[in-house]
Parts: sequence; C-alpha cells; structure tokens
Amino acid sequence: MKKIIALVLVLVMSVLAASAMAETVKIGVFEPASGDNGAGGKQEVIGIEYAHSLTPTVEVDGTTYDVELVIVDNQSATDKAVSAAQELVDAGVSIVLGSYGSGVSMAGGEVFADAEIPAIGCSCTNPGVTSLCDYYWRVCYLDPFQGTVMANFARDEFGAKSAYVLSQLGDDYTTGLATYFSKAFEEMGGTVVSEQFTEGTSDYTAYLTNAINSGADIIFCPTSTTVAALLIDQAASMNVTLPMLAGDTWESSVILDAAKGTGLTICVSTFFDEKDESSPQASEFVQGFKAWLNANPDKKTNNGGNDIVAAVSALGYDAYMVAIEAIKAAGSIESTAIAEALPSVAITGVTGSISFNEIGDANKDMAYIKKANTETGAFDFVKTQTVAELAQ
Amino acid sequence: MFDKILPYLLSGISVGGQYALIAVGYTMVYGILRLINFAHGDIFTAAGFFMVYMVTVLPIQIAIPLVVALTVLLGFTVERVAYKPLRSAPRMSVMISAIGVSYLLQNLMWYVTGGLAKQYPTIPWISQSVTIGTATTKVVTLITPVLTVLLVIALVAIIQNTKIGMAMRAVSKDFETAQLMGIKIDSVISTTFIIGSLLAAVGSVLYFSNYASVTPTAGAMPGLKAFVAAVFGGIGSIPGAVIGAFIIGICENIIKALGYTTFSDAFTFALLIVILLFKPTGLFGEKTSEKV
Repeated sequence: MKKIIALVLVLVMSVLAASAMAETVKIGVFEPASGDNGAGGKQEVIGIEYAHSLTPTVEVDGTTYDVELVIVDNQSATDKAVSAAQELVDAGVSIVLGSYGSGVSMAGGEVFADAEIPAIGCSCTNPGVTSLCDYYWRVCYLDPFQGTVMANFARDEFGAKSAYVLSQLGDDYTTGLATYFSKAFEEMGGTVVSEQFTEGTSDYTAYLTNAINSGADIIFCPTSTTVAALLIDQAASMNVTLPMLAGDTWESSVILDAAKGTGLTICVSTFFDEKDESSPQASEFVQGFKAWLNANPDKKTNNGGNDIVAAVSALGYDAYMVAIEAIKAAGSIESTAIAEALPSVAITGVTGSISFNEIGDANKDMAYIKKANTETGAFDFVKTQTVAELAQ
Repeated sequence: MFDKILPYLLSGISVGGQYALIAVGYTMVYGILRLINFAHGDIFTAAGFFMVYMVTVLPIQIAIPLVVALTVLLGFTVERVAYKPLRSAPRMSVMISAIGVSYLLQNLMWYVTGGLAKQYPTIPWISQSVTIGTATTKVVTLITPVLTVLLVIALVAIIQNTKIGMAMRAVSKDFETAQLMGIKIDSVISTTFIIGSLLAAVGSVLYFSNYASVTPTAGAMPGLKAFVAAVFGGIGSIPGAVIGAFIIGICENIIKALGYTTFSDAFTFALLIVILLFKPTGLFGEKTSEKV
C-alpha cells in the first residue's frame, strides 16, 4: 500500500513539476504558405523562426516562459484568412505576427480585434491594415510613401512622362499601391493609363500590348509573385523594352528566376538591403541568418533554395523582437495587457529603428530601390530614398 | 492600324486553340453520356504538374509522351471509378459526382504541391521568341492553332470512318438501342474519355509552355471558358466546340484591346447566358426531340 501511495505521490509531483516548467506563451504566425503569395509568406516565416531560435524564451515577472510559435496558413485568400485567424484565437495566442499581403491582414484584423489580441504586421503596406483596426500595428512603411518613391524614381531614373499601371481587381495591396503611385505620378505632371486584370488571368500579352500602344515610358505593376512570373515571362518573349517597376512584393527569388537571362529592366522598392553595412545590427543579422539557412536545408528551400536575405525575412525578425519587447513591457502574457504596452515599445531593429505613431504604424522613412540583375540572378542596390528627400 | 491589332489577334487565336483542345473533351463526353465532366479542367491541370515533376528525372523527349500517357490513365480512371458505377443512376447524380472529382483533384494537387506556383519546364524551340511583322511572340503561339485544327480533323476522320467512331455516333444517338445492337458501351465511353484526356494533355503542354507557371487552380478558368465555348458551338458538336473556342479567344482579346480589360471575363459568361436564352442548342447543336 505504502509503495502505491509513494508511486502516486511521485507521479503527482512530477506532473506538477512538468507543468511548472512548461510555462509557455504562444505567438501566432499568420502567414500564407500557399496560394499567390505563398513564396513570400514562407520567407517571412523563416525570419520569424530565426528570431525564435535566437530568443526562444521571454522573462515576465521573474518567470521564464517558453515561446511557442503557432503557425497557420491563410492561403493568400481573404476568405480563408478569417478561419485561419480564428484558428489562432482558438489556440489561445497572446499576440499575432503577419501577414504577408494586406488583404488577408485586413480580413484577419477583424477577428483579432474581436478577440482583443494585438497583431503586428511585418510587410503589409496598405494604410487600411492599421487605420481600420485598433489591434493592428506594423513594422514596415506604407503604400502612400512607397508609391511616391516609385513615382519619383520613374521620373528621375527613366525620365518617364507617362506610365502604364497594372493592378489586380479586388486585391487591396495591388490596387492600393497602384492608386498611390498614380496619384504621385500625376501630381508631378505625368500621365497615367491604368488597367486591371481579374484573379486567375494567365494571358498578359494583351495588357503588355496595351502598355506599348499607350506610349508609356514605364510599366508599374505591383502584382503578386505568381502573376509576376507570368508577366515577366511574357514580357520577355514579346521583347518588351519598357522598364518594369513594382513594389516590395517583387523583391523575391521568384522574380529573379523569371527574369534571369532576359533583357528586361526590373526595379523594385523594398525595406532592407543585405549588402547595406551601415547598421551593425543588420550586418550581424545577415551573417547569422545566412549561416542558419545553410545549416537548415528545409528552411533554405522555403527561402527559394538560396541564401539571399529577403527584406520580408528581416521584417519578420523585427516583428518577433517587437512582440517579445511588448510582452516584457506588459509584464504579462495576457493579450489585452500586451496590446496596451505595445504602442510605447521602441527597438532598434535590423530594418532600422522601430517606434509606433498613434495609428500603429512604424515611423519609417526610408526605402531601398533595387534592380534585378538578369545575368547574375541577384538584386543590385540602386539607391535609398527618404521622405525628406522627396519633400525637396 | 493592322500593326496594332496583330498582337491581339495572335494571342486571341492562340488562346482560342487552347480552349478548343479542352472544349473537345467536354463536348465529346456530353455527346455520348449527356454528362458535363467538370473534372476535365483539373485533368488538364494535373497534366501540367505531371510535366513539372517528370522533367526533373527524365529528358523532355521521353517526358512528353509519358505525360500524355499518364493523363490518359487519369481520365480513364476517373471515368471507371466515379462515373461508371453511376451508369443507371439519375443524370444529376453523375453530375454531382463530377463536381466531387473536380474538387478532389484540385485539393489533392494543392496538398501534393504545397499550393505554390511551379515553374513549367521550357521546351526547346516552341518556347523561343519569334517576330511576325510588328508582333513578337513565342513559337508555341503559332503552333497552337495549327496543331489544334490538325488534331480535330484527325478526330473527325476517326469518328466518321472507323468502327469505333461509328459506335460512338450510334451511342450518342441512342444509348439503349446501341447497347441492344451489341455495342460494348463501356469500351466506347472509355475511348471517349481517353481521347478527351489525350487532347487535354496536348492542350496542357501548349498552354503551360505559353504561361509557364502551374498552380492547382490554373485549369479552372480555361476549363470554364472551354465549357462556354462548347455550349456556344452547340454542345455535342466537335467542329462547333472548336469554332466557339476560337471566337471566344479572339473576342476576349479584342475586348482587352478596346480598353475594357476588366470586362473580358464578364463578356465570356454574359455570352453563355445570351446563347442559352436565344439559341439553347448553340451554333451547330442538333435539335433534340425527347423520345417517349
């Protein structure tokens, strides 16, 4: 009898000990792993996973919590995003990171707001993500800025007076960015012809022919990477000579692979450049991240099979670090406490210093412009552009 | 003027050819089984994925025939597993079964590929660029309509002149009487699916050589439009399907050229409604009198 009691006691003790040790805080990762933006979503996730591998615990009130990442796939679709967001809420996450793609972030935002769970967008650039949702913050710049940057670049670099702007009907990211670009370009005295295509279109030759016939000097086409691959391939086979400009989404291996060996001129604006050595944090991140990718073949596959550091990975890393700081500042793993502490969090991230304004957007004012090198299959750095420079 | 229209016409004819190869599959199955095979577009997509995975291990000359063979096998299996057991069931059951197969295939592809777009392999020569007048395009754009017309002529010749063709015509006229006359219905139906899948496989090679990325839903839109083409031409009629497909392909591109880019898909489906309202049998469809 004594033996049995002892055994039961030991079992109870060990269960208690285990549960005391297994204090965890769950961080939701709300990203597409499939669909039109799956390639980019995967790159953002590996940035978050790398940050998690460096900082796997967080200390709150003297207790060390293990951070558990709960990763869901929102399939790049606004209808699927809602149920993916609900899955995170049901899993009991304290804070959410993501998503790549503004449309899915806006769809998920409502679910997070209802559950009073704060979310930090990594690379969703549409203003509506934060302005329409009280529980969304973000660590990247916004489309009005990005659109203005590219409009200025089109004028300064290519002397463009007219632009052909192509966007996807019903997609918040591409229509938003296209609108802001057109507005900025027209304010500078340029003319714009804009057209839209519907989801699932695979023949873009008519659009490209329209672009040429419209007499435009450049094409601005901030599409998803899946569309970009088709667009680039068809532009190459039609020998299109107009420069093609796009936003942050196009800074992807998908674009480099499609453009390699063609004679196209492709320029993109983005959040981060791996060759920029002005910031020690960034250099350290780039080195560490490359080593981590090369040590983990499956992560390298998710990065497109190479160790080029995408801006979205850097943003994923920063978003995770902001989340950790917010949990520390809140002194609690309750989502409402974190949401209260988040506005005052400020860190020096790898993509620059991050602090939030009253809407929840990061005070960021610099974009990197890169050009796809069609011979080496890499992005070449062209220039940086800040808000102050644009005002002049 | 012609310089400006030429690129649109070229891509219109090419798109039309691709729709035609899919539309023939729809129309043949309908002609014989009175079934709209909703899974046809997904068989077309599957052919694209077969190619993507096949070329990673095999040279392209061997991969292409193998892809065609595998696609034919898939079409054959779908018929045997999902449609044959329902031969005596009401027509609606078979139709629902077809929708089920379509979603099953789509989600299987989503699961196997991880849902990311796959780059279609470059086939030598047909992926090259070629310049005609003012338009520069891929060689495949020019081959597509020619190959389509040749294949369809061959198909019509088979149906008109061979024993199996005669059996097909008999079955499409009257299912039960043909059976009574000693025609092996099952083998005739299987042959129909085999021919349909074969054309879908060829169409898939041409289509994805032009638009070189394959996603699990890539076949949905061309499949739907090919279906509209089949109805437009008169469902059950092979020449009708081909002509319908070319008309839709060219109209779509001309609408885009006129600047109404967002309406090009809407046009296709509006056309479907108009035809069903005013000429339900399509351009070349036979008027069927219900037998008592």
